[in-house]
Amino acid sequence: MKTNSSSRTIKVNYLARVEGEGALYLKIKDNLVKDAKFKIFEPPRFFEAFLRGRNYYEAPDITARICGICPVAYQMSSCHAMEAALGVKVEGTLRQLRRLIYCGEWIESHVLHVYMLHAPDFLGYQDSIQIAKDHPELVKQGLELKKIGNELVTLMGGREIHPINVKVGGFYKLPTKKQLQKLAERLNWAKGAAFDMIDFTSKLDFPDFEQDYEYVALRHPDEYPFNEGRLVSNKGLDIDISEFDQHFEEQHVEHSTSLHAVLKERGAYKVGPLARYALNFDKLPGEIQETALKAGLEKECYNPFKSIVVRSVETLYAVDEALRIIDSYEKPDSASIPITPTAGVGWGCTEAPRGICYHRYELDDSGLIKDATIVPPTSQNQKTIESDLRAFAQQFIELDDDELQWKCEQVIRNYDPCISCSCHFLKLTVDRE
Amino acid sequence: MQNSLVNRGKPKLAVWKFASCDGCQLSLLDCEDELLDVAGAIQIANFPEASRAVIKGPYELSLVEGSITTPHDAERIHKIRRSSKFLITIGACATSGGIQALRNFKDVGEFTRMVYANPDYIDTLNNSTPISDHVAVDYELHGCPINKHQLLELFNAFLNRRKPNISSYSVCMECKMRGNICVMVANGTPCLGPVTHAGCGAICPAYDRGCYSCFGPSEDPNMRALSTQLKVLGVSRKDIIRLYRSYNANSEEFKRESIVHEDQ
Repeated sequence: MKTNSSSRTIKVNYLARVEGEGALYLKIKDNLVKDAKFKIFEPPRFFEAFLRGRNYYEAPDITARICGICPVAYQMSSCHAMEAALGVKVEGTLRQLRRLIYCGEWIESHVLHVYMLHAPDFLGYQDSIQIAKDHPELVKQGLELKKIGNELVTLMGGREIHPINVKVGGFYKLPTKKQLQKLAERLNWAKGAAFDMIDFTSKLDFPDFEQDYEYVALRHPDEYPFNEGRLVSNKGLDIDISEFDQHFEEQHVEHSTSLHAVLKERGAYKVGPLARYALNFDKLPGEIQETALKAGLEKECYNPFKSIVVRSVETLYAVDEALRIIDSYEKPDSASIPITPTAGVGWGCTEAPRGICYHRYELDDSGLIKDATIVPPTSQNQKTIESDLRAFAQQFIELDDDELQWKCEQVIRNYDPCISCSCHFLKLTVDRE
Repeated sequence: MQNSLVNRGKPKLAVWKFASCDGCQLSLLDCEDELLDVAGAIQIANFPEASRAVIKGPYELSLVEGSITTPHDAERIHKIRRSSKFLITIGACATSGGIQALRNFKDVGEFTRMVYANPDYIDTLNNSTPISDHVAVDYELHGCPINKHQLLELFNAFLNRRKPNISSYSVCMECKMRGNICVMVANGTPCLGPVTHAGCGAICPAYDRGCYSCFGPSEDPNMRALSTQLKVLGVSRKDIIRLYRSYNANSEEFKRESIVHEDQ
């Protein structure tokens, strides 16, 4: 950091507590924010290119490798897209089990973010290990809750990172009722812990900062969305996922190896827990709605710092939904539905913990991938992250450099950005003139 | 940064990232029961995914995730090597080049044009290469992702100055120990278990599917024998190539065998 009478420069070479690596650049002149860039330097890995020529059934395993934090999201979106292309539909118990493994991913990912990545900002610590020195029970409870999410993914998927049991058409092997019931005992404890999590996060201090976002999320007639639904927004979007290309486009900008997604008509938009919650509050069970309102959330929340509370509410929902699915589970005769390779185009869009994950595939008549498009959540949030940074830095421009820098990092962490997904590398630079 | 006096004597750990999905370093945070104990025995000095605090090197132990895919990264790994006493690669990307090494078999310019509208903004190397192609590596943990229990064993071995107790035999051994029925013999399911490095615990056969080699080649794999068996099972030449070209496509044994089938 260097300071002189006319200009100030703040530099941070690495944004911490996000998944992946990126940089941030802020230019301030005469107390006005001139430029705010969220830079991503993650080396490109070219998934869409090397998916070409691979078998349709390889997509869930290959695309899982885009992200170690939310592999289930990639597996789900690719399975749905392939099934749409191949003209089959997974329903009944197998569909419920897909929701179940997704519950596990939401729990482990949300809890990781809330306790280990985001909470340190609110409590003024560098990391959760430091929090544990002063508040060991808090961190231990978080770790235990995260572990239960991982146990759920492991039972359903074989392991917590890059599960091996997800298949186009269903699963390779199904769990027994007994195995799931054993997990239900753990989930009953988790439900109590999730209430504690909401209580803890709702009492944190939040900056007075709201933005007029266009929220985009899935909406399903009967349930809080994981795997299916129409794509809707609070500003009038209401489309089938197959119409994605007509309404959204990806732009390639120089400061990012991740493509920026925008709505063609209105520009930046926002995906993730705040969007899902605002657009689907009515689909939460009554008990969870009441808990959310009691925790001080409105039915729609426009303060991005409060995403930590919404993540906690969604954790409670995921635990509750998992218990409901396990309770009604009867093991089906077959773990998957049969598939015959055929030519076609298919779309899949599911709710990753950090927002919608869109896939589109074109197959030839032997089931080989001719073309693939994948739009991960973080690339969709990039533009909104930049506008948040600009607005936040302007509103809090009187903060000293260290404080402003830390708060700007937090502005980014509000999004739980998965830069590995979208590409990578964070450096924070603030220039003041 | 802080508490350097308190932490005196604890070895310093750094975690570095190159082209990867973050899953292998996440494995450390997935050690929910052991994480606080690990942090008690080792000073987590540079681990951006978990902490804002960065303590300067040199580091007693560096864990490196990801493969080298850019000119900048090819420079950066040398600096990391210089500041690390022990350098250990974690996962298939760092150890063999990862799934992104599929570019090694193609024209990378074509890949860039396929994914990005303005390929001029993209600075990338033609090949994705393992860390050991660039600097000396003291130990390699296999897997896509690594097995977190092996990571803990590695810490344990490091702290007690002994060799990690990690086997290099094939997944077949793990299958037998787990009591799995052989999916290839019983069901005719193509399986890479016979040539794949142990470490996962033979998860796929336990879930009624064939191994697809997250852990890469085992010690002295008999590639030709497996290829012959795959043909007997009716796997096409092109599918044999695809089987060998996935998460460890750039490993010497898999690369060589896949090229053999390409040339036929």
